[in-house]
Order: sequence, then C-alpha cells, then structure tokens
Amino acid sequence: MFDFSIVTDWFNNFLGGFLPSWLVTVIECIGIGIGLLLVYALLALFYIYYERKLCAAFQCRLGPNRVGPWGLLQSFADMFKILIKELISLEKTDKFLFALAPYLVIIASMLAFAVLPWGKGLQIIDFNIGIFFLIAVSSIGVLGILLAGWSSNNKFTLIGAMRSGAQMVSYELSIGLSVLTMVAFAGTMSITGIVEAQSNLWFIFSGHIPAIIAFVIYMIAGTAETNRGPFDLPEAESELTAGYHTEYSGIHFGFFYLAEYLNLFIVSGVASLLFLGGWMPLHIPGLDGFNHIMDYIPGVFWFIGKAFLLSFVIIWFKWTFPRLRIDQLLSLEWKYLLPINLVNLVLMVIIIVSGFHF
Amino acid sequence: MANLQEKISSLFPTVKIEEADTLTLTLEPAQLHDVCKKLRDDSELAFDYLETIVGMDWTESLGCVYFLNSTVHGHTVSIRTSTTDRENPHLPSVADLWAVAVTFEREVYDFFGIIFIGNPDMRRLFLNIDWKGYPLRKDYNDDPALNPCSMENERQSDDTCVYTLDEDGKVLKNETPIFAADDFVVNIGPQHPATHGVLRFRTALDGETIKKIDVYMGYIHRGVEKLCENLTYFQTLHYMDRLDYFSAHNYHHGLCMCIEKAAGIEVPERAQYIRVIMDELSRIASHCLFIGTFCMDLGATTMLFYTLRVREQILDIMDKTCGARMTFNYDCIGGVLADLDQDFVKDVKALLAVLPDNIKEYNKIFTGNIIAKNRMEGVGVLSREDAIAYGCTGPTGRASGWACDVRKTHPYCLYATMKDTLKWDEVVMTEGDSMARFKARIAEMEQSARIIEQLIDNIPSGDYCAKVPKVLKLPKGNWWTVVEGCRGLFGVYIESDGGANPYRLKLATPCLPLAAAVDHMTAGQKIADLITIGGSLDYIVPDMDR
Amino acid sequence: MEMKDQITTKSMPYEAFKDNEYIEGLVEELRANGTNVLVGVLDDLINWGRSNSLWPLTFATSCCGIEFVSLGAARFDMARFGWEVARASPRQADFMMVAGTIVHRMVPVFRRLYDQLAEPKYVIACGGCAISGGPFRKSYHVAKGIEDIVPVDVFVPGCPPRPEAMIYGIMQLSRKLKVERFFGGVNRQEKASDFEAIQRAKTSAEGCE
Repeated sequence: MFDFSIVTDWFNNFLGGFLPSWLVTVIECIGIGIGLLLVYALLALFYIYYERKLCAAFQCRLGPNRVGPWGLLQSFADMFKILIKELISLEKTDKFLFALAPYLVIIASMLAFAVLPWGKGLQIIDFNIGIFFLIAVSSIGVLGILLAGWSSNNKFTLIGAMRSGAQMVSYELSIGLSVLTMVAFAGTMSITGIVEAQSNLWFIFSGHIPAIIAFVIYMIAGTAETNRGPFDLPEAESELTAGYHTEYSGIHFGFFYLAEYLNLFIVSGVASLLFLGGWMPLHIPGLDGFNHIMDYIPGVFWFIGKAFLLSFVIIWFKWTFPRLRIDQLLSLEWKYLLPINLVNLVLMVIIIVSGFHF
Repeated sequence: MANLQEKISSLFPTVKIEEADTLTLTLEPAQLHDVCKKLRDDSELAFDYLETIVGMDWTESLGCVYFLNSTVHGHTVSIRTSTTDRENPHLPSVADLWAVAVTFEREVYDFFGIIFIGNPDMRRLFLNIDWKGYPLRKDYNDDPALNPCSMENERQSDDTCVYTLDEDGKVLKNETPIFAADDFVVNIGPQHPATHGVLRFRTALDGETIKKIDVYMGYIHRGVEKLCENLTYFQTLHYMDRLDYFSAHNYHHGLCMCIEKAAGIEVPERAQYIRVIMDELSRIASHCLFIGTFCMDLGATTMLFYTLRVREQILDIMDKTCGARMTFNYDCIGGVLADLDQDFVKDVKALLAVLPDNIKEYNKIFTGNIIAKNRMEGVGVLSREDAIAYGCTGPTGRASGWACDVRKTHPYCLYATMKDTLKWDEVVMTEGDSMARFKARIAEMEQSARIIEQLIDNIPSGDYCAKVPKVLKLPKGNWWTVVEGCRGLFGVYIESDGGANPYRLKLATPCLPLAAAVDHMTAGQKIADLITIGGSLDYIVPDMDR
Repeated sequence: MEMKDQITTKSMPYEAFKDNEYIEGLVEELRANGTNVLVGVLDDLINWGRSNSLWPLTFATSCCGIEFVSLGAARFDMARFGWEVARASPRQADFMMVAGTIVHRMVPVFRRLYDQLAEPKYVIACGGCAISGGPFRKSYHVAKGIEDIVPVDVFVPGCPPRPEAMIYGIMQLSRKLKVERFFGGVNRQEKASDFEAIQRAKTSAEGCE
C-alpha cells in the first residue's frame, strides 16, 4: 500500500529547506485549510446530488437531470443561489447567537471531518486520542442546533431544538459506547492504530458477534446523530415546518444544509474505519492472490467507497421508514440500545480476555 | 314511515307532522330541546345521529332544519323550527344532545346570525369577528366597501362566548377564555405542511403533550352555498368538483340525484352504471392519495409516489372520458355529459389487474412496519358512541365500528336496484384508532374494485342521458338526499320556491364533523400524534369550509 | 452589438422564448442598455444559479395544490429541473406557487408569507382562482386575484392547470430569471417596495374617480 506520508514529508522538508520553521507551519496550515474547505464543500455538494438521485431512484423518478450532464451541476446551482440569497435579520432575537449558531454547526462538522484518514498517511493530524477527539468535536454541533432553535425566538424552532437536544445527547451515549467497544478491541484510540489493526481482517469479521452488534447500534445512533429519517424529529417537516432552522435563510441555512450532508459522510466514514477497516482493502486470510489484487486499489477509493456504501444504507433508511415519535425515540435509546450496548461492551471484554476472536 | 309517524304523534300530540320528502316535524323553538331529547332517548326512535343543521332564511322568519337519523333503525326525520325576530334571533341549542351540533350551530350563526342559547362556543366559524352582516340572509348587503379585502391581520379574540337567557327572556353574553393564562399556545397552520390545506390549529401544549386544540377554519371559505342561490340548477353542478376535489363524481352524483328526485327525472340505466363505476373509481383514487399523504405526514415520503402511480392511471381513464384530470363536471342532470370513451372498459380492466399487487405492496412497505405500527396503533381512538355523536361518517366512522355506509343504509342508484346481485361488503372495524382508519381505507379500495369488476362487463347500451328541459324549474318544496362521498356522508338539501334557481342549497359535507372531532381525539396525545390523527381523518379543507 | 447579443441570450436559445413578448421586451431592454463584460459574466453565473435552482414553498389552498403534488410525483417529476426541494419554511424558498383560491381571511396570512420569503422572491399565480377569483369571483369572501396583494411574475391559467402547464409556467419563470440582472441598472427585479408604491398609486387613483 502506498504511504502518502512520503509526499507530505517531502513537501515539509522541501519547504523547510529554504524557509524558517514557523513560516512552514503557517503555509502548511493555510494550504490544509483551503484544501479542507474545498474538499468539504465539494463533497457536501456531491452528497446532496447523491441523495437526490438515490431518493429519485427509490421513488421511481429520474431526479435532477437538466443542469449539467446528468444533472451533476444541480447542487452547484443551488449553492450559487443560496450564496446570494437574502439573509433575513429578525427583530426581537439575540442577533449574535442567531448568527453564531450556523457557524458552530459547520465548524463542528468540519473539525470532525478533519481527522478522518483518507488513506495511509493521508490525514491532517494523527494523534493518539484521535477517535476521542472526533467524538468530542462532533458534539459541538448540538450546541449550534440548540442555539439556533433558541435564538430564533420562534415556538417551532424551540420545540425542534429541544427535541434535537434530547435526541443527540441520548444517542451520543450509544455512539460513545459502541466506539468504546471497538476501541477496547483495537487497544488504541489512535485512528491510524485502529485502521492498522485491521490490515488482515476487518473488525466486523474479526470481532464477530459483539462487533456486529456494535456496528448495528452505531449505524442506528449515527442516523439519529445526523438528524436524518426516521429520526428527523428536530426538523420534522410535517410537524415543525422546518424545525430548528425555520428562521434561517440564505447561506446561514446553507450551512445547516451542508453540515447535514457532511455529517452523513462523517458518520459513515467513522463507521467504515471502525468496522470496515477504513482505507484498508478487503483481505481474506488464506486467499493471497485475491488479497494481492485488492492491494492495487488505492486506499482513498476504499475509504470513499465504504463511506458511500454506508451512506447509501442511511439514505435508504430515510426514504423507507416513517418517523418515530419523540417518546418512542427516547425509549428506543434508553430502554433498548443503551442496555444492549453495555452488555455488548462486557461481552467484548470477555472475548478479548479469552482470546476468542480471529 | 307510517309507523314512525304514528309513534311520533303519540309521543308529541301537539307537534305538527307532515309527510313530505322526509317526515317533517314543525316545532316552536321552546319545544325544540325537549322534543329532540325524547327523539334521541326513546329506544324505538333512537335518533342518535344529527346529520346536519340547515340554516334557513324564509324572509319573514329565520330558522333551522335539523336532519336526524337513527343508527339503530335507519329512519330519518327532519325538524323545522323558526323565529320571526330578525333583529335578535335566538333558538335553543341542542349541543348537549349531539356533540357535533356545537360546530353546526356555529356555522348557522355565522351565516344567519341566529344565536343558540346554551351553545358552549358561540363564535363565528368561517368569517372574521368584524364581518358585517350575515351572508346567507336574503337581505345581506354584499357591498365590498362594507367588508373590504384587508391586508391587515384580522382581529381575533381569545375568548369564546356563551349566551344565556335571563328570566325576562333577554339574551345575556358571557365571555370565557379559550385557553388558560399560562398555556403555551403554538399556532399550527394555516400555512403548514401537515394540515392538508389551510386549516389552523391553536394548540395548547404541555411539553410535547397537547392540552387543547382550538380549530380555526375559514381560510378557504368561498361561499359556495350563497353563490349557488344565484345560479341555475345546471350551473350549480360545477361547484361540486371544487369542494372535495377527490370525490368530484360522488358529489355530482348526490346533487344530480337530489335535483332529479325533485324534478321527477328518470335516469337511464346506462348512466347509472357509468355513475357508479365513476364513483368507485374516484373512491380508489381518493384513498390512494390518502395513503400517500398520510404516509408522507408520518415521514415515509416514498409511499406517496407509489400510490400516485395508481392514481395517475385512474386519472388517465377519467381524462379520456371526462376531458379533465380533476374537475370533471361529468355527471349532469338526467345522466352523464358524454358517452364513455371507447377504451374505457379496457383501461379499467388494466387498472383492476394491477390494483391487488399495488395494495399488497403498500401493505408490505408500510402497514407491517414496526415504526408505523407504533405510530398508529392506539393513537386517536374514537369510540363508536363518539363517532356517532360527532357525526364522523365514512371510513372514520366505520373504523370505529359504526356501519354508516350510505350505500348500505340508504341505498341509491345501482346500490338500491342491484341490492341483491351486487356483491360487496361494508368495511367495519372495531378498534377506532388511526391504524383502523388506515386499514379501513385499504380494504375499501378492494371493495370498490370488486364493485367495478361486477359492473364493468355489464354496462347496458342505450342513452347516457335522459331528456331534460333546457330551463329546469323545480316545484315548490324541499328535498334531502344523501350519498356516500369518499370521506363520508354527503347530504344535499334543496329548497325551491318554484324558480329556476335554488332558494337554498345546503351542502352537508363530511369533513366539517371530522374537523370538529379533532380536539376531542387529540387531548392528551403528543404533537406528532396530531399529525397522525389529522392525517388519518383525511379531511379536505375546502370541503369543510365550502 | 453582436457581442452584447451573445452575452444576454447565451444561456437560452431564442427558440426557448420566442412568441413571448414579455421576455422579448426584457431582452430588448438589456441589449439597448448593454452591460460591462466582467459584470456580465458574473451576472450570467448568478442567473445560471438562480434560474436553475428554484425551490418552491409548499403552499396550497385547494385543488391546484393536488395537481402540484402530482407535479412532484413520478409521472411529471419536477425533480428533473431541480424544483423538488420544496421548503416548508418561507425563509428558504425562492418562489411561491399560489395554488388555489385566496379568500379574505387568508389574504393577510398570504401577504405575510410573501413578506417572509427571502429576496429574490417570485410568485406564480396558478389557476383561475389565483388569477382572478375564477369560478368564485362573485363570492363575498374571495379575493379577486392575487395581483392586488403581491406582485406576480407568471400566470398559469387553468382550473386546475394540468401539471404540464405548471411545468411550462415554472420554466417561463426560469427564462425570465435568465434575462434579469443582479448588477447594473437594467432589468432589476421589481422590489416589494416598488410594488407597494404602484399599488398605492392605483388605489389613490381609484379614490379620485
């Protein structure tokens, strides 16, 4: 497998050759920042298109096909429009918090996005508590949503925000516990470490029963975390108009819109690196020829492919299931997922201790 | 009818009873409440269902016509009462006998200004509180300067009023607030994706739990009944397409039948076949859209696209014969406007061939889904007694165990003439919850298909329309006809003074009682349940507002 | 002049709007005044975005609303043009398809909805009722057309218009946007305040009569 850190190290040394080290850091930070923003925006736009096309396919329709080839430019047109749309300022609201909320949401998802490893060595920073950092920053988003709902001074947004707060705080537990299960299995919190540990066999196979349980719970909780159907209560269209972002217009709404889709990518990306080996190719022990062929496919494609596949499943959920009610949503978490998760963690520990895994 | 007449006259010897289109009791206002109570409570009469209250302006007096029906015996009676006081008309309320009367009386008050003494909620229903005049009175001044179209927000009161009589017979007004002072009131509607149009709920919440709902209507009140009074009978028909736009054929059928009954026109058999097939086709199309929008309200958007597939197929069939997709204007007085398209039979058979598979698919995707079950089962339970008291007919009533299908209780057209040969079952369920209402509609689609299947091959040849005079004048009198629309009982009341225009045309639509029952059904449920309940009732707002 | 011709109609062949005096008028005006190349390119980009991304507000009062639902369904599939992102919140919608009768009680609500839309906002009057009151024009409680309440960009006749007609109506709106200018002084969108001034002038003129 090609190690991308060769390129980055070379670049670092190249710059270091004729520039002072502080300037090198500044240049690298700026470069990474711009790159990150670009990839973020492009990916979010592609995801919007991806969902619209998939949704159309589920509904026996064609989906966008007029703007650009196969409608590929549809979401770009949307973004152009949204950029120059009026930003409505409301009276009788806390203007600072109202304006701050969308930035909090998008910064949270951008920070989480930043630690995802795209390939061997192809990540911004690799530190020993990477997965912990990811969970920590992605929860900032709740704050943004709560602020958005509260500062809009609107009853619908307030209900949406409260729902969202209750939902995300609850499901954060499930996400944390299922991640903890896998961290226990991998023995490290470093993202690279977790991925490297799967070089022979993905965790979902090597960790068998507890890993599969953790995977299912992670997918359910992840869907809830991203506020997508069947857990889209905070923005339940038929109940709360547009939920917490009812009052937002223009690019502020665009931020929520982009963040929603990017969170989808983050959730499926994290799932793929915890359970499906991240950028590791599919290896089946014993089939060396097959493994060798798989190695030829670059890690970036493996990662993106897995993430897209899992997003497909989440989108499939959304367009199939009806929405839950708030009390059912919470009882699902507290009465079922959380106890199962705790038992699963114990089970995983027993399996690790007894060595009963592949 | 003779039996009934004897029984009633033995109970109320002083009451004037005449046998016209329906058995009619003419009462003094003072007697009204007592007689109604006895009519309802006597086990041999058991008039437990109030079909409608028709407000009337007989120029010298203002009054009401009550249509009562017995769910036990199936007989109908009408009660007339009037007051000559045009300045301050008041009648006793029957709201304590039939729950739906609260809303009906509000409607009469709105249109005629008759105050009902004892009605717990005597506000205007469709028009705003500053509206000058009562539009359905014959002396209404429709000068737009009096009631201009204003862009200012309408004034609204947080109080409701109850009128009582003191000892001298003077009317007293008592105002009470609708909501408690510290209620968290959320305004759902009129522009809201889940209200199926422009209906407004003022919802008092406790967290996510609903405490009380004040249903606010009139956002699409178009004054159809008043408009009809200035049109000829032929012209009134086209409004029927625009009330409940899903049961356009059924409503046309009802109004045509009422006019035909009055004018004594015999409808050719071919036209009867066509009408019934069209009725049943529109029922399938309507229930298809119901399933789609209901599932969409619950968050399962995809179902809408699957159900609209069948609906589009039906609309194509209609389009070929009637020339329109929604406002067909097809049934006319004496028959139907045009003969069937030559592909009609073939197309209908193609539809019948694909329908069972589609229904199976709907059940597979949605009905068995665990989330859907949790959302619908036990939500918004309407007991049989409440369904009757609130007058919730159609699939809603039948889901609560009330066999109220007009096609069985008061058969008309082919349902009467082919009563024994036409094989179909009335869908009656017992649970009364949202799930039952949903399932009842799916089952009704199957039954409608069954009816069409039996008729489609046997459409007799012959005229599709009877000879009808160019200028149609109905004799003096009044007529009441009920048909089964897609959402329940649709009643037409025509009072004629012998001219070419109706003196009064009352359309008793099924959706008004459904909306009136929303508050009763949602108390104590969650906001999300309001959407479920509203969706499962499947009301059409232009139908309730008219 | 040739250069200018190309700039103004590049994104839309003449065939797409011929026989439409209104759009032809807009194009004429644009050609007569001309614009600077740089601004023109920016304008083209903005117009491309706007005209290709029209998000409707879910707003329906009666029969036409059901045809609007059909428009979204698989048969007519407005998603092809990117119109399927129906927003329930007016803040996020671009245009309002006024599908159905507007009655007196609805007028203030409707006007407020229009005010809540973020600029640039457009209105399509869909069906006889929205255009003139339609079959209910003589009623005591029906507004005689929405033109007196909000500025209307496109009228789609019919009762209700078939979904094909609605598609055509929205496409006309999209064409209109292509010759509208964001920068420069030509063909700017009629602002709500301009509309109100016109309405005020109209009512005062009527008052004088």
